[in-house]
Amino acid sequence: MSEAHVTMGAHTAAPMEAPPFAIPSKKLAMWLFVMADVMTFAACVAAYAFTRNATPDWPRPFHSVTAVAVMTVIMLTSGLTMLIALGAAKAGDKAGAFRWMMITAVAGIIFTLLHIRDWMGMIDQGVGLLHNPWGTAAFGASFYAITGFSLLHISIGTIALIIVAIRYQGGRYNADDIEIVSIFWQFVGLVWLFIVPVVYLMNQTPAAR
Amino acid sequence: MHDTSTHAAAHHGPPTSFIRKHVFSLDHKVIGKQYYGLGLVAVIIGMVLSWVMRIHLAWTAYPIPGLHLLSGTGAPGNVMTPEFYLQVMTMHATFMVFFVLTVVPFAAFGNFFLPIHTGAEDMPFPHFNMMSFWTTFVAFCVMLLSFFVGDGPTLGGWTQYAPLSAVGAVAGPGQGSGVIIWATSIAIFCVGQLFGALNFIPNVLDLRCKGMSMWRLPMPTWAWFITSCMGLTSFSVLMPACILLILDHVAGTSFFVASNLVINDQLQPHSGGSTLLWQHLFWFFGHPEVYIAIVPGMGIVSHVLITNMRKPMLSHRVLVYSMGALAVLSYMVYGHHMFVSGMNPFSSLVFSFPTLLITIPSTVIVLVWIGSLYGAKLRINAASLFALGFISMFITGGVSGFFLAQPSIQILLHATYFVVAHFHFTMAIAALFGIFSGTYFWFPKMWGRMMNDNLGKLHFWLTFIGVYAIFMPMHYLGLAGNVRRYQAFVVDYMQPLVGVHQFITIAALFTGAVQLIFIYNFIHSRFWGEPAPENPWQGTSLEWSVPSPPPHDNFGGKHPVVYHDPYQYGVQSSTGDYLMQDSPEQVKGAQDEP
Repeated sequence: MSEAHVTMGAHTAAPMEAPPFAIPSKKLAMWLFVMADVMTFAACVAAYAFTRNATPDWPRPFHSVTAVAVMTVIMLTSGLTMLIALGAAKAGDKAGAFRWMMITAVAGIIFTLLHIRDWMGMIDQGVGLLHNPWGTAAFGASFYAITGFSLLHISIGTIALIIVAIRYQGGRYNADDIEIVSIFWQFVGLVWLFIVPVVYLMNQTPAAR
Repeated sequence: MHDTSTHAAAHHGPPTSFIRKHVFSLDHKVIGKQYYGLGLVAVIIGMVLSWVMRIHLAWTAYPIPGLHLLSGTGAPGNVMTPEFYLQVMTMHATFMVFFVLTVVPFAAFGNFFLPIHTGAEDMPFPHFNMMSFWTTFVAFCVMLLSFFVGDGPTLGGWTQYAPLSAVGAVAGPGQGSGVIIWATSIAIFCVGQLFGALNFIPNVLDLRCKGMSMWRLPMPTWAWFITSCMGLTSFSVLMPACILLILDHVAGTSFFVASNLVINDQLQPHSGGSTLLWQHLFWFFGHPEVYIAIVPGMGIVSHVLITNMRKPMLSHRVLVYSMGALAVLSYMVYGHHMFVSGMNPFSSLVFSFPTLLITIPSTVIVLVWIGSLYGAKLRINAASLFALGFISMFITGGVSGFFLAQPSIQILLHATYFVVAHFHFTMAIAALFGIFSGTYFWFPKMWGRMMNDNLGKLHFWLTFIGVYAIFMPMHYLGLAGNVRRYQAFVVDYMQPLVGVHQFITIAALFTGAVQLIFIYNFIHSRFWGEPAPENPWQGTSLEWSVPSPPPHDNFGGKHPVVYHDPYQYGVQSSTGDYLMQDSPEQVKGAQDEP
């Protein structure tokens, strides 16, 4: 494991100043990407909040929190298994790290399937981008835009988890790479924790709240 | 680690094939030059478009030869239709703001010099860096395409205000496919800038050579670092906004269109969106973008002036802190573009305060420059003249900013030529002067040959006079109530102002023609200029310690070690009145940051 590989394998420009935050470039780049992505999600959520506030007849159609609660539990659990995988990788337990990575990826797949099921249910009820049974069209458009963008992240994250796990198993990647993918995974989990209140809980029908 | 070795080898050995060397190059220097070339093409397109606009404004019925080539329907008899005028205006702004002012001072010079300034062999992620350029190039081609698709490019202005940008072809030519192409191109551009920022920031934080503490970084590198932080967090807001705009077109959503909107006597099928939302999202990006254009120029100008003054600035830290303050405040002032948008008037007050506040760091920067210039024996050459010109433009544009920052005055001046003068002086001309200053200064390092300095000085003086002749009268036009974005001035009170427009047009044609001096100088020097020595300006930062042009890995296999501040001038050393950053020599009177 050469030092060069830690810093993206591009450089052996030997006597570098010690990085001030002791963080290799690749990991720093992931943090920076997460910062940019935070801005992107913030823009989406701000746009949604703006539209919701500006619309007097905003619908509150959701009756049940069960499905969302189950998805949230799975997401939180996957965050935990990701941490266990990272801990195992740092402790040098290759088999354990691979196993827990795969468990995390499975949780990601289950979450994705539940999410698609949630969408199918919405589509069955007639919620589309342009119309829905309850009121303003902006409801459907913003619902699919925000949850869709999140789902895109979670699917990419799941694929990344599997690729990193397999390459880690094969010896091409190391614990640092697992940490980098875990930063992304915890970030998409955090995004979900923002989506649950603003998209689902705030749109519960008053009686069901 | 089997791929590490191949990867490292692929990167370390200089490329041999033409494609790897000049086209899909991983070398940050080649990528920087590619960005520079892209900017040069875009600036020529943008300038020609501005000529076409100016001629039309001054002599509305005058046919412009060849204009029909740009548009099938927009120029019958080579005279612009009002719609085509707006399309040309939009494309002028789009090419200039995105593909010149963002690309050249930041991406072109930054790519070439940032790794050399930090003492690194290359960017941390060369593949991402290559993708950054080629993504931007694709965005450029997509934007160019809009001239030839459907009924031409969008006419919505570079700000693309909703709802007219979101309802489709009913809003005018180019508002259908033109807007989709525009938004697609800009979304792609945002991705390219993200790749760039992901290289710049880790390079500054992680890849500095031994001895290069943060405070030993030269001014332009500080400016590029601050700019990439802004780019990282502002382009990532524009991108989803563009995607939502595209959805409004292709998926029929109504993010930016309110209910019951009637356009051209047709009730729009949209409902439930908000037109103000677009302005909020756009200007949250748009205002930092202004500083993305100008802050690199500030860094370049400081660098050029210090080298030519042969003494350090009064305070480097104050300059850096002020640039940082500009970056932070730039996110809080965006509402000053929306004083008349119909948002809550109290918000105008809220946005007016940070807008006045942001003049403080701007003023501090200018005062540091002027205070440092006081009593300095400035070497007069093309680079230092353009740096002085930058300061002049920035002050002129900044002073009109004081007026526009106040909602009560801004309501009168909004959307007049006063605003056109203000933003052209600050973000456009000042930034262009920064580009020229950087070009004359760094040309020897980038292309290994000297530029003709006398032609450069001539270019400066004619350009300097020219741009003041173009933009100074626009303040008067604005105060006289001349509204911008009109293609002809037929209203009674504007009729007497047409003479001023004719003067401005002549000045614009003159100033544009003067740029041929620069183009000639650039091309001639590139191939037949005098070969440049390693350190033609007796500079101190690391780019002057390597051959001109620098070798593939910048430092020829050596690992530079830095011992000093970037700007040790006015000292007595063995080399003269300066001390290179990588010189181990210790001299009396040197001021070193730890």
